[in-house]
Amino acid sequence: MTSDAPVLQQTLEPAESTAAPSRAAHYARPLLGILLPLTLALGWELVVWSGWSNGRLVPPPSRVFATIADLARSGELIRHVAATLWRVGLGFAFGVVAGTVLGAISGYWSLARRLLDPTVQALRAIPSLAWVPLFILWLGIFETSKIALIAVGVFFPVYLGVMGAILSVDRKIVEVGRTFRLSGFAMIRRILLPAVLPAYVVSLRVGLGLGWMFVVAAELIGASEGLGYLLLDGQQLGKPAQILAAIVIFAILGKLTDWLIEIAAAPFLRWQDAFSRARGA
Amino acid sequence: MLALDRVSKIYPNGVEALARFSAEIRQGEIIAIIGGSGCGKSTLLRAIAGLDRASSGTVTLDDEAITSPHAKIGIIFQEPRLLPWLSVADNIGFGLADLPAAERREKVARALERVGLADKAQAWPRELSGGQAQRVAIARSLVPQPEVLLLDEPFSALDAFTRRDLQDHLLDLWADTRPTLILVTHDVDEAVVLADRVLVMRPRPGRLFDQIEINLGRPRDRNAPLFENFKRSVLTSLDRSLDRNVPDRDATQGPGQAMWW
Ligand SMILES: Nc1ncnc2c1ncn2[C@@H]1O[C@H](COP(=O)(O)OP(=O)(O)OP(=O)(O)O)[C@@H](O)[C@H]1O
Ligand SMILES: [Mg+2]
Repeated sequence: MTSDAPVLQQTLEPAESTAAPSRAAHYARPLLGILLPLTLALGWELVVWSGWSNGRLVPPPSRVFATIADLARSGELIRHVAATLWRVGLGFAFGVVAGTVLGAISGYWSLARRLLDPTVQALRAIPSLAWVPLFILWLGIFETSKIALIAVGVFFPVYLGVMGAILSVDRKIVEVGRTFRLSGFAMIRRILLPAVLPAYVVSLRVGLGLGWMFVVAAELIGASEGLGYLLLDGQQLGKPAQILAAIVIFAILGKLTDWLIEIAAAPFLRWQDAFSRARGA
Repeated sequence: MLALDRVSKIYPNGVEALARFSAEIRQGEIIAIIGGSGCGKSTLLRAIAGLDRASSGTVTLDDEAITSPHAKIGIIFQEPRLLPWLSVADNIGFGLADLPAAERREKVARALERVGLADKAQAWPRELSGGQAQRVAIARSLVPQPEVLLLDEPFSALDAFTRRDLQDHLLDLWADTRPTLILVTHDVDEAVVLADRVLVMRPRPGRLFDQIEINLGRPRDRNAPLFENFKRSVLTSLDRSLDRNVPDRDATQGPGQAMWW
């Protein structure tokens, strides 16, 4: 470990020389990942600035950020972001609740699994966007059908994650619970819940990712506000900077919400091997 | 006293894993069960632990029939089976959830001290070596002070040196409250070091073949000639148990069995 450190650091106090390389590595790793997009962005900025390209179809970063700043100043940005967040949040909540409840039931009772799972698996095989016409007929063109679509997208990974996690709980550890005579509820609280939590968090994150995917689909289909609307508006009015601005904001929001789940789960997953390694230890 | 009366187990697939196993085990006695692979040792232990029901026959502890896991009976498996999401201290205190926190903390601290892992109290199970993890498992099952502790090949995954260390450790802990120990092992040395009595089983169907009293004082010297003698007699019995031409001894004739025909 110390052999990786620059020579200068190796001569420091022992306490610092062990901390410094790991801290450096902690920051260096994400920086390394940013290098490529940053170079491309700066390169393109330079190409447009020097006049080699007019950048009309592919606007340079400065113009994209100017668009974002404009939207923010006029208050439009907040309105669109709020609309999209509201839809994702609500759809995610419904999808997670339904997926968790049904997944838990299917995982826990084999009878329920035999009854329920084939149907869910069959429904899963349908590309979720195929539901759109039906949802619009049933629920109207406004919020309800959009939220339903997002919820459907979130539901499946959560359902599968919860059911799979419960099914794969180590029988040997359940037996430990039995030898200490844990009753049904104590068994769930003290053995099953902690055992399924890691897989559950993963399924939530996958579900959230799908939620973001489906909010775009829902808003492209017809909306008067939301980031998806910004995309469509940018296309119809020929404003690529606005499209890219919306894409950038999608990326930021997606990463941010994913990170929120990770942060919220972190205190409960400290015991995990994989987790502490991912933290850059 | 722990009484096993004609305990039999036939698995749903038709395997007769255990046939009319009878034994009486005094409180505080240390029993080693030894026998070829698949002769029903784990099946027997699981029946005593109440994890599986016997197909017929009864297990009684102090006149109480055991049909499900019991507070007075603890079990240690071949793997430590620690809960990975609990710290070492919380793992040891797992069976003490009903106690007030202060009392629990005190008992756990004492147990940690006792197994020599006081400095690992806040470590995660994944940070322990195999031997340390098994010591935590032993502490976890001893801390509720069971009257009977069952051990299914508890040290077989460890190297010879660590195994010896843990055998001595187990005896040390046993001396505190003197629970009944029933230990399944493949290691003749281990059986003779630990046990007051060695039960030899034979397979197809799993049944009791022989009993050997180990009349050696404690602590036992692994190099003493007498120790070697007992080892040899256990080995001989084990060899005979695997030889199909050797008929069953009287040991398998549980009370009442002879009256049938
Ligand atoms: N759950 C089960 N279902 C069906 N058969 C089983 C089951 N568990 C064990 N058996 C069978 O019962 C017999 C006894 O198994 P058991 O595990 O008790 O043996 P063992 O003496 O512990 O063997 P080993 O020394 O290899 O651990 C074996 O023939 C085994 O195949
Ligand atoms: Mg076994």
